[in-house]
Amino acid sequence: MIREVIAWLDDRLDLTDVRHFVAEKGVPVHAQKVWYYLGGMTLFLLAVQIFTGILLLLYYRPSAAEAYESVQFIVTQVQFGWLIRNIHSWSANLLIGLAFAHFFSVFFLKSYRKPRELTWVSGIFLLFLMLGFGFSGYLLPWNELSFFATKVGTGIAGAVPTVGHFTLRLLRGGDDVTGATLSRFYGLHVAILPAVTTALVALHLLFVQRQGMSVPLGVERRLKPGERLRQMPFFPNYILREVLAWYVVLAVLAALAAFYPWELGTKADPFAVVPPGIRPEWYFLAMFHTLKLLPSHILGFEGERIGVVAFGLIALFLVLVPFLDRRASRGESSPMFTTLALVGLLYLVSFTIIGHYAK
Amino acid sequence: MPSDTRPDFDRRTFLDTLLATGFVSTALAVAYPVSRFLIPPASGEPATASAVAGRASSLRPNSAAIFKFGSKPGIVVRTADGELRAFSAVCTHLDCTVQFKADTSQLWCACHNGMYDLGGNVVSGPPPRGLEKFTVNVRGEGDDAEIVVSRT
Repeated sequence: MIREVIAWLDDRLDLTDVRHFVAEKGVPVHAQKVWYYLGGMTLFLLAVQIFTGILLLLYYRPSAAEAYESVQFIVTQVQFGWLIRNIHSWSANLLIGLAFAHFFSVFFLKSYRKPRELTWVSGIFLLFLMLGFGFSGYLLPWNELSFFATKVGTGIAGAVPTVGHFTLRLLRGGDDVTGATLSRFYGLHVAILPAVTTALVALHLLFVQRQGMSVPLGVERRLKPGERLRQMPFFPNYILREVLAWYVVLAVLAALAAFYPWELGTKADPFAVVPPGIRPEWYFLAMFHTLKLLPSHILGFEGERIGVVAFGLIALFLVLVPFLDRRASRGESSPMFTTLALVGLLYLVSFTIIGHYAK
Repeated sequence: MPSDTRPDFDRRTFLDTLLATGFVSTALAVAYPVSRFLIPPASGEPATASAVAGRASSLRPNSAAIFKFGSKPGIVVRTADGELRAFSAVCTHLDCTVQFKADTSQLWCACHNGMYDLGGNVVSGPPPRGLEKFTVNVRGEGDDAEIVVSRT
């Protein structure tokens, strides 16, 4: 049956290119190939997010008066609504976790080196977009925790020199976090970010398809002149392995969603006192805790402002990594960038943990 | 060696079947909750038994007013000889809201030109059956008297 359909299509569309691509696409086989699965797993979770997100749109209402109630309605009245919402929340967190793992694996393996600079750049922007999704989606249930976290988060954006106040008003849709903020975050979360993400993911995947998988520097350097790495066919050998990885992700996701329901909390009240222990989602904790530790003034400048500028510079540095790491681009080992990646990883992990337990 | 190829073929078929069963089961496990999710839960609002359609004194002869009957519109008509009648304002054809036409003293649906008389019966046009009739009572006296419409 499938053969006949393909033959029918081939007859009309000439699928020669596609057939060549399917037959010839290979994945290099070596000791570090396990890292290749992370990107695909992240992509799988992105699909889960789009799918469950569209389902949630059927019942969610983006207004200060109805947002909390509509989420309550989804998890209590709609059949399997609790499941869809829990999967969306858990999947968001796993997605960001996997995206970070993918990012660090590429960093350590120096897969960004020539000719894959643009793949890296598109990937870094995708990582930022995922954080944007997390930040905007967190507010949508309009509960106490997300309300105050958004106040703090947008307040940090307000600390950016010169454009800070403008950015803060742009994000909040006014001077305070109100229903106007909710409308904006909703639009951002379901329209703007998905549109940009779709385009960037398409570009990211196109680059990967055009260039094939990168071979880690260490493996490449050990090859004798003229020697080629063994390849595994992408269809069906690699894709079946990838699907297995997706199944593992799906199993973890389903277990988390079924046994650890995502709290809805209490409805946001702009005139309530801030509850103690207010903190952002875990992926912003390291940044949050760093800003908390900064003194109020550093060399006559506001501490917060210095912190925000520093994070901006780190983001810029990350985008530029493939252009700065000249040694890796020449195919030489570059221990300095390995060290930087290690320092970054240690900083993120330790500050996330400290931030979690800090008062 | 033909004796060696047979078991290989069987193993392949077995594994293919196992894999296909796995995929189909996953698809079903996803499709079932999703299909249930798509069906909206029954609304918590109980079926309305009666509603107030406004003041009796504000409705002149040969005129009508739309009122809220639960979540759906109703229409209350005062005929030329002063009698009050009430119907569901939902056209039986395709759920448009009907209106009163003072010139012919008929209820008219603007969507597809459906026409009802003041007994709720279809006069012309596509509606398959007449409008649902409600019972009208007047509660109170004088200018403050309210029109109370209830389902019969």
